[in-house]
Amino acid sequence: MNPLLPELGLVLWMSVAFLVVLFLLKKFAWKGIIKALNDREEFIERSLKSAEEAKAQMSDLKADNEKLLIEARKEREQILKEAKEMKEKILSEAKVTASEEGNRLITSARSEIDKEKNQALADIKKQVAEISLEVAEKVIRKELSDQSAHESLIASHLEQQSN
Amino acid sequence: MQQASIQQFRVNLKSFFFVLIAMFMTSFSAIAEHAAEDHQEEEGFNAGEVIMHHVMDNHEIHIGPIHVPLPIILYSKEKGLDYFMSSHLTHGSSYKGYAMVHEKIYHVGPDGELSHDEHGHVVGERPLDLSITKSVFGMLLTMGIMLFVFISISKSYQKRQRMAPQGMQSFFEPLILFVKDEIAKPSIGKKYEKFLPYLLTIFFFIWIGNMLGLIPFIGGFNVTGNIAVALVLALFTFVITSVNGNKDYWKHIYNTPGVPWWLKFPIPLMFVIEFIGFISKPVVLTLRLFANITAGHIIILSFVSLIFIFNNLYGAGGGYGVSILSVAFSIFMFAIELLVAFLQAYVFTLLSALYFGSAVEEHHAH
Repeated sequence: MNPLLPELGLVLWMSVAFLVVLFLLKKFAWKGIIKALNDREEFIERSLKSAEEAKAQMSDLKADNEKLLIEARKEREQILKEAKEMKEKILSEAKVTASEEGNRLITSARSEIDKEKNQALADIKKQVAEISLEVAEKVIRKELSDQSAHESLIASHLEQQSN
Repeated sequence: MQQASIQQFRVNLKSFFFVLIAMFMTSFSAIAEHAAEDHQEEEGFNAGEVIMHHVMDNHEIHIGPIHVPLPIILYSKEKGLDYFMSSHLTHGSSYKGYAMVHEKIYHVGPDGELSHDEHGHVVGERPLDLSITKSVFGMLLTMGIMLFVFISISKSYQKRQRMAPQGMQSFFEPLILFVKDEIAKPSIGKKYEKFLPYLLTIFFFIWIGNMLGLIPFIGGFNVTGNIAVALVLALFTFVITSVNGNKDYWKHIYNTPGVPWWLKFPIPLMFVIEFIGFISKPVVLTLRLFANITAGHIIILSFVSLIFIFNNLYGAGGGYGVSILSVAFSIFMFAIELLVAFLQAYVFTLLSALYFGSAVEEHHAH
């Protein structure tokens, strides 16, 4: 009973069984397990990398959006400003045309008035001439009767007319 | 999810320890019975003999009080192949011209008796003993467990590609990754994948074998603590190292670069030193595994034997008194042996990986 002496039978059993098991495990277990582990490792690494890339893209997109927003804001301001200017311009233009129109109307009215007035004056002159003629007729007729009466009559007529 | 599985694992581990300790306690009675039975005719209790009997190989398995006979297979040139159950050879009886003394089988002489020399030792021819002994059975059991476990988890890896491990997979995956990433990769380098199947196989063989030896009550296997098993494992490592050794590896042995010439000529001192190193690697690999595992078994059995020794010396009171300390110490040793079971598997695998690494390493400058 010496535990330091290896039994030949056990050595043979162990060698044969170990070789068989090594072969079987290598073929049916380790190959698949190691491949699956490596695959998964690679997959995880790749997924992490793509996640990182997606994150970067996302932040890029966000920056782009911000830029777009700023630009849009700027454009809006620009448009608003332009609209304001336009409004002012239109307003002032309208004012100018309105005042021009007014002036034109006024002048035309004035000329009309002048025309009417002249016409009226001409009419009056004509009437005065007629009335004068009538008066002269009447006076002539009266002169036949009373000199003074004629004079007063002409005077009163004239007064009436001038009123 | 991860947290939950770790929690589950801890709970499982805890209950595993309790079961182990409980089984250990019950095995005391088995050992006591066995000891009593073996030494009925003798006066007292021979602790050394009982311990050696349990540590060494056997032609039967003791499961509790039951002795399970194992098949005996013998080969000799004269008689050819013979096989029968070991129950025929127990208690010194001879069968088919064979007799067994101290677990060694001899051819009996023509008178049907074994001849002894003047010291009482048996002299006689021994046939080649290819029996399924306790250690062979334990070894086959370990390998069977390995085949079942790893082929089935390989299947679940194929079924659940790129998914988190589950069940048995999640128990063994950290260990497989440990061997792959902590042992093989750093020790061997780029070419580690070639050696990985072998490293995984020896790691799990030694670990499961060690654990099998720690389960009490099922026969007290001492597979990895048997020098033949350790020797074969070490020889496999040695052969793989030598087969894969590149030019640099061999040159390092027969003509070590970077040492003064007078260390090589006229006396090849460097070669002698390197050659001793070359040969001693498998030897220390064998002895380390064998000694560590066997010593653990011997210590635990010694603590248990103390109970019977004190029982014989001081009566039942002494036995009961010492049993308190003995149980405490053996449980402590048991916990350490669980660690050693893993540690020895790790050390053996790591050293193998380092040897492979030195065999395939490319030397650029010294």
